[in-house]
Amino acid sequence: MDALIGFLTALLWIAAVIVAAAGVAWVFKTVAIALAPAGVAKVLRTAPLTANFGIIVIIVYVTVAILAPLIAPYGEREVVGGEYLPWSTTHLLGTDNLGRDMLTRLIYGARNTVGIAFVTTGLAFALGSILGLLAATVGGWLDQLLSRIVDILMAIPSLIFALLLLTIVGTSVVNMILVIALIDSTRVYRLARAVAMNIVVMDYVEAARLRGEGLWRLIVREILPNASAPLVAEFGLRFCFVFLMISALSFLGLGIQPPTADWGSMVRDNATLITFGDITPLLPAGAIALLTVGVNFVVDWMLHRASGLKE
Amino acid sequence: MGQTDNPVLLSIRGLRIEGRSDETWSEIVKGVDLTLRRGEVLGLIGESGAGKSTIGLAAMGFARDGCRISGGTIDFDGIDLRTAPMAECRALRGKRIAYVAQSAAASFNPAHRLIDQYSEGPVQHGVMSRDQAEHDAKELYRRMHLPTPDEIGFRYPHQVSGGQLQRAMTAMAMACRPDLIIFDEPTTALDVTTQIEVLASIRDIVDQFGTAAIYITHDLAVVAQMADSIKVLLHGEEVEEADTRTMLSHPQEAYTKSLWAVRSLERPEQPPAGPDEVPVVSVRNVTAAYGAVPVLKDVSFDIHSRRTVAVVGESGSGKSTAARVITGLLPPLSGTVMFEGQELPKDYRNRSKDQLRQAQMIYQMADTALNPKHKIREIIGRSVQFYLGLQGRQLTERVRQLLDLIELEPDQFIDRLPSELSGGQKQRIGIARALAAEPRFIICDEVTSALDQLVAEGILKLLNRLQAEFNLAYMFITHDLATVRAIADEVVVMKEGVVVEQGGKTEMFRPPHDPYTELLLSSVPEMDPDWLDRLLAERAAGGAGAGVKSADN
Repeated sequence: MDALIGFLTALLWIAAVIVAAAGVAWVFKTVAIALAPAGVAKVLRTAPLTANFGIIVIIVYVTVAILAPLIAPYGEREVVGGEYLPWSTTHLLGTDNLGRDMLTRLIYGARNTVGIAFVTTGLAFALGSILGLLAATVGGWLDQLLSRIVDILMAIPSLIFALLLLTIVGTSVVNMILVIALIDSTRVYRLARAVAMNIVVMDYVEAARLRGEGLWRLIVREILPNASAPLVAEFGLRFCFVFLMISALSFLGLGIQPPTADWGSMVRDNATLITFGDITPLLPAGAIALLTVGVNFVVDWMLHRASGLKE
Repeated sequence: MGQTDNPVLLSIRGLRIEGRSDETWSEIVKGVDLTLRRGEVLGLIGESGAGKSTIGLAAMGFARDGCRISGGTIDFDGIDLRTAPMAECRALRGKRIAYVAQSAAASFNPAHRLIDQYSEGPVQHGVMSRDQAEHDAKELYRRMHLPTPDEIGFRYPHQVSGGQLQRAMTAMAMACRPDLIIFDEPTTALDVTTQIEVLASIRDIVDQFGTAAIYITHDLAVVAQMADSIKVLLHGEEVEEADTRTMLSHPQEAYTKSLWAVRSLERPEQPPAGPDEVPVVSVRNVTAAYGAVPVLKDVSFDIHSRRTVAVVGESGSGKSTAARVITGLLPPLSGTVMFEGQELPKDYRNRSKDQLRQAQMIYQMADTALNPKHKIREIIGRSVQFYLGLQGRQLTERVRQLLDLIELEPDQFIDRLPSELSGGQKQRIGIARALAAEPRFIICDEVTSALDQLVAEGILKLLNRLQAEFNLAYMFITHDLATVRAIADEVVVMKEGVVVEQGGKTEMFRPPHDPYTELLLSSVPEMDPDWLDRLLAERAAGGAGAGVKSADN
């Protein structure tokens, strides 16, 4: 009987959260349409509630990341009390294994984890899409060479490969960014090449070639604008993967190094609390999950728009 | 044509259909009436966007995605298809009303054999057992004059040619012996020589089973052969309807008359160039291949200034490949391409900017020839900027001049994207882009085949005018002999990579011909409703290129 009541309560909570999220999304959509210039408002009107919810989540995360020192009640590395203090008015989410304020760490974690993930994804995209477009446009042996290298890199499971490389080059934030960017650029390369393959056979590309246009202009002016929609959508997805990978590496101790706040290592450091029935260590994991879901909602919508489908 | 006493099979009254674009509904069919008696064939003609296909589908009680039937009644043999429950409509479709799509290649499921797809309908509707269906399929394949009717059903769609596939599809539509078949441009994607056989088979089988049909096409000459009466549509409204002979000889409305007039566009042949004049482009003994497959064998022809050379032939005859050799996209194995007496490098990458500038190309599909992300200003302007080095205001001024030249209002069009243009306007932009380079020579690859007749006529007139104005030499690739009449001075007939015959236009249209040219010429439908009968009789007697196999069969 108790189990049933527990289950129903949980169900009720989930329903309440979904309704609240939908409500917030709806309010946001209405306000955004009213405030945005005509062109943007037209686009927003087509966005489903899920996409609006995703946009809110992203905006909140970015704001928190940028304003972290202003919002956080304490310093990032400041030891403010005893270890594992429970939730209270002075420490809203309690303290961690070293007595640092949990809420503060969570807020700074947004800055570190999200910022690093963004830089990494950007790098992976710059590398992957340039090489992918180049391979598709030039073709021949260059395409073969690049594609086979990518095949080899992709044959190794990414997390193990990342661990291996980080052990070789040593753990630091810069190294981690470079390693993950390299691994993820292979996925971007494959997509960029596949998309560009369909574009290079178009007559307008042939016309540009016959005009005598150089390779760079061919890629940047003729092919890239037509490949941008799927690439942007992929950026969102890739961002989530990178984000999860950083957290995973941090959890394993090879990612962002202490005392820098990071969601992945926060889960690991406080994992003991779970055995006492405290959900605090799961909050950073929840933060990761929420952002992932939010970004995916937005990406789904963008993919939908790019594919030209209507409802 | 004695069906006037037959009972009415399909009666459509005040049909209105709306289509959605950007969240607003606009009417695309505006109150059309249609009556079809049993065994009667009605031709629906009109330009693209006239609503022909939409009406054809509505006759099955069906509206495409993004369309809805908003008014009127569709009465099929006592059943109102608009109010009938879904299950009832489904039971009718494929059984009593069948549909033959334009592109058989895209409509067959490539993963199943023809006979499996044939049997699906009759078995599903409970008309025949699987064995009966297979037996019946062979019988119908025979009646459709398909080669080896007993075996062809066991092939996959990609293993038979386009013309055969279209006939297999017609046979499939016949499977349940429907009362009504809707043919949606069944021969538009086929070569003229193949078209004849498909037309003859379709007409035969419709006759034999006394099936009523709606025949949708934009080709007047085709509809003249097939239909008992013709209905002309424009922008979703009926222009006029009459029986075929009356319609052909005495069209009432101005629009119909203008459609009829297009076919008679003809330009006089220019006097031939002097013997010592250097041709602008000269193709000499070119042999070319894709990998190991030879496509061109020892091809030679000259193109002089102010003259148009039409290269004609069926698909696969190597006409487009010849263009690719001239532009340098496909370096030939042997032979040379001369430009004003100078040999051009074989590969376009080795040609100088000026050599590239002198030879421009206009593509068949204007949709894919213009970068959808670039504005007109950039599409045309890039050539001007790249070849002539104009910048800023001068560049804009030149683009505006070019737009004027192709008869598009500069202020209105310069900042549009290609998606905001109609098909004919896109093709004009393609012409402007070629002109922007100030070339001596332009290759036109089937530039009018994707366009409606009236629009195509406008493009041809424009090309003729520009040629005189800028002393251009054209190489005009086409499969349509009406277009040849309208624009060419010389004709080169190609078959399987070989030049079969070449010479002045007047001479080419006058007998005696090479047998292949004869086949090609005689296959072009004429406006005379008796043309097909006459041609078939002639071929049976061994004339009109009967001995020559078309590339497709």
